Amino acid sequence: MRTIIFRTIAPYLTALMVLFSVFVLLRGHNDPGGGFIGGLIAASALAIFGIACGVASVRRAIYFHPMGIAAFGLFLAALAGMLSFFKAQAFMTSQWLIFDLFDVEVALSTPMVFDIGVYLVVVGAIGSIALALEEREID
Amino acid sequence: MAGSSVSVDLTEAMATAHVAAGDWLVVAPTLITILGGSLCLMLRKNTDLQPRIGIGFLAVLVLANLALLIRVLDHGVITMVMGSWLPPFGIAFTVDTLGATLSLIGSIVAFCAGVFGAATVDSTGRRYGFYPFLLLLMTGVCGAFLTGDIFNLYVWFEVLLISSYGLLVLGNDRIQLDGAVKYGVLNLVGTNLFLIGTGLLYGIFGTLNMADLTQQVAALENPASGTLATVAALYFLAFAMKAAAFPVNFWLPASYHTPNVVVSAVFAGLLTKVGVYALIRVFVMILPASRGYLSDVIALVAIATLLTGALGALAQSEVRRLLGYLVIAGIGSMLAGLAVGSTLAISGAIFYAVHSIIVMTALYMAAGVMAMMGGSYDLRKLGGLYQKSAAFAAVFLVLAFAVSGLPPFSGFWPKVILVDAAFSDGRAWLGAAILVSGFLTTLAMGRIWIFAFWRGGPEGTPDGQTAPVTAGTAVSEAQLSGGAVWLPLGILTALVIYFGLQPEWMLELSTQGASGLVEPLDYLRSVFGDQG
Repeated sequence: MRTIIFRTIAPYLTALMVLFSVFVLLRGHNDPGGGFIGGLIAASALAIFGIACGVASVRRAIYFHPMGIAAFGLFLAALAGMLSFFKAQAFMTSQWLIFDLFDVEVALSTPMVFDIGVYLVVVGAIGSIALALEEREID
Repeated sequence: MAGSSVSVDLTEAMATAHVAAGDWLVVAPTLITILGGSLCLMLRKNTDLQPRIGIGFLAVLVLANLALLIRVLDHGVITMVMGSWLPPFGIAFTVDTLGATLSLIGSIVAFCAGVFGAATVDSTGRRYGFYPFLLLLMTGVCGAFLTGDIFNLYVWFEVLLISSYGLLVLGNDRIQLDGAVKYGVLNLVGTNLFLIGTGLLYGIFGTLNMADLTQQVAALENPASGTLATVAALYFLAFAMKAAAFPVNFWLPASYHTPNVVVSAVFAGLLTKVGVYALIRVFVMILPASRGYLSDVIALVAIATLLTGALGALAQSEVRRLLGYLVIAGIGSMLAGLAVGSTLAISGAIFYAVHSIIVMTALYMAAGVMAMMGGSYDLRKLGGLYQKSAAFAAVFLVLAFAVSGLPPFSGFWPKVILVDAAFSDGRAWLGAAILVSGFLTTLAMGRIWIFAFWRGGPEGTPDGQTAPVTAGTAVSEAQLSGGAVWLPLGILTALVIYFGLQPEWMLELSTQGASGLVEPLDYLRSVFGDQG
C-alpha cells in the first residue's frame, strides 16, 4: 500500500479527518454527531496514516499510547459527571456555562466534557486495535 | 435547555430536590473504581506504582461501601437518579440492604485479591493490566448490585464480563485461551438471552425501572400470561448460566483453573454470585408470581446443581478444578433458597452468598499457597504441607470446615436456615440434597487434607515415613516470605470465623435484605416518593 500517491496524500487526509472528527464531536449535542462517531472518524484517520506511513510514525505522532488516551477519556468522562456534586444535584446532572464571545454565543457544558471523554475512549480503544492489527501485517 | 429560547417545564421529568452529599455514596463505588481503573491504565507501564494505586483505590472502595451500608441501615433504601432525570425515563440507582451488603463483601474480597496479586502477579501481568481490569471488574460488580434499572443491570454485566475476559487471558497461555473461549461463548449466549428477555419486558410494560416493573407486574390481572412466562424463562436460563447452575455450568470447571490463581479467586468469589443476585432480585422482587410456578423447576435445578457439584469435586485431583466444582455446589444451595422463596429461605440464600464469596476466594488463595509450597496443584504430587507450615494447615482446615457447612464457621448458619426453610416448606428432598451435598463436600475437602497436608510426601512416599521437605523455587519462596500472601488469607479466614461465631449481625442484614425483597414497599417509596 505504500505507493507514492497514497503516501503523499495520507498526511493531508489524516489532518482533514481529525479536524472533521472534532467538528462532528462538537456539533453533537443538538445535531447528528457526537463523541462516539467523532472518535470513530479520528480512529480511522490514524488507521489510514498507519497504512500509508507505518505504525511507528503514527505512534510517534500521537505521542501517548492509545490505551493511555482511552484511559484518560474514561477518567475525564467520570469527572464530568461529578461536577454536579458541588451544586447538590444528582450524579451527571448537566451544568452549563453560556456566555458571549465576540457576539457569538458559546455554550460550555458538562455533557460536552463527557462527550470529549467518549471521543478519547473511542479513539484510544479503536486506534489501539487498528494499530495492533496493522503492526502484525506490515512490520 | 442549552441556550435555546424555548423554555420547557421540566419539573415533571427532573428531580429538583437537593441531593444530600451522603447520597452520593450510591454512585461512589462505581465512580471510585472507574477513576482508579483509568488511572492505573494510564500508568500501565509503571509496574511498581500500579499495585499501590490499585490497592489504595480498593481500600477506598471498601470504606465507601461500608459508609453506604451504614447509611442504608440508618436512612432506609436510597435512590439517586442519573442526571436528575426521573424514572421511568431516567436511570435510577437504588440501594437496599441486599445490594449494599453484597457490594461491601465483594469489595472486601477484591481488596484482598489486590493485595494477594501484589505478590503473585508478575510485572508482565501488571503491564497487561491486572489492576485496571480488577478495578473495572469491581465497577461492574458494584454497579450490578446497586443499580435499580434492569437494562442498566445488563450493562454492568457486560462491564464485568469484558474485564473478566481480560483477566482470564492475562498471560496468554494456550490453556488460558482455551478456557477463555468456553467461558466467553457461554457467557455471550447468556447475556444475549438476558438482552432478549429485557427487550420483551420493555415491550410489555414500556419501562425497565425495577421499582416501576414491580408495581406494574403486581397490578397485572394475570401474572402467569404467556409473554411474561417467556420473559421469566429467558431470565432464569440467562442468570442460571451466569450463576453456573446445572446443566449450564460446564464453562466454570473448564475455565477457572486456567488463569493466575488470584484471578480464579476473584472469579470464584464474585462472578457467579452476581448471577445469583440477579436471580434473587428479579424472581423475588419483580416477578414473584413467575417464581411461584417456576419453583419446582428451580428446586430440581438446585438439587442437580448441589449433587453434580459435590460429586464433581470428589472426582477431581486438581485442587483448582475441585474448588471450581465446590463453587457450583454452593450455587445449588442458594438456588434452593430461591426455590422455597419464603423470607427465611431468601435470607438463608443471601447469607450463603456472603459466606460463599468469602470462603471460595479464600480457598482459591489457599490453593495458590499450596502450589507455592508444594510446587503443584495436583493432589498426587502434593504432600507433607503440614510439616511445612502448621499454621497454614490450620487456616486450610478452618476454610474446609466452613465450605462443608460444619460449625462453628460461616457456612453452618446459612445451611441451617436453608435446610430448615426447605423442610418447613415440605420440600424434604431439597433439604436432604443440601445435607448430602455438604457431606460429599466434607469428603472432597478431606481428600485434599489427607493428600496434601497429612501424608508424609507426594504419591509413592511409604506409609509412616516423611519425604524430605523440598525447598520451593526461589520465586515461590519470595512470594511466601512477604506479607502480601498471608494478610488477605488472614483477613478472609478471620471473617469466616467471625461470621461463624457471631452470626447475628449478618443474620440481621440478610433478613432485612430478604424482607426488603419480599415486601418491596420501601424500595418503591424510595424511587417514586410517597405517592407510589
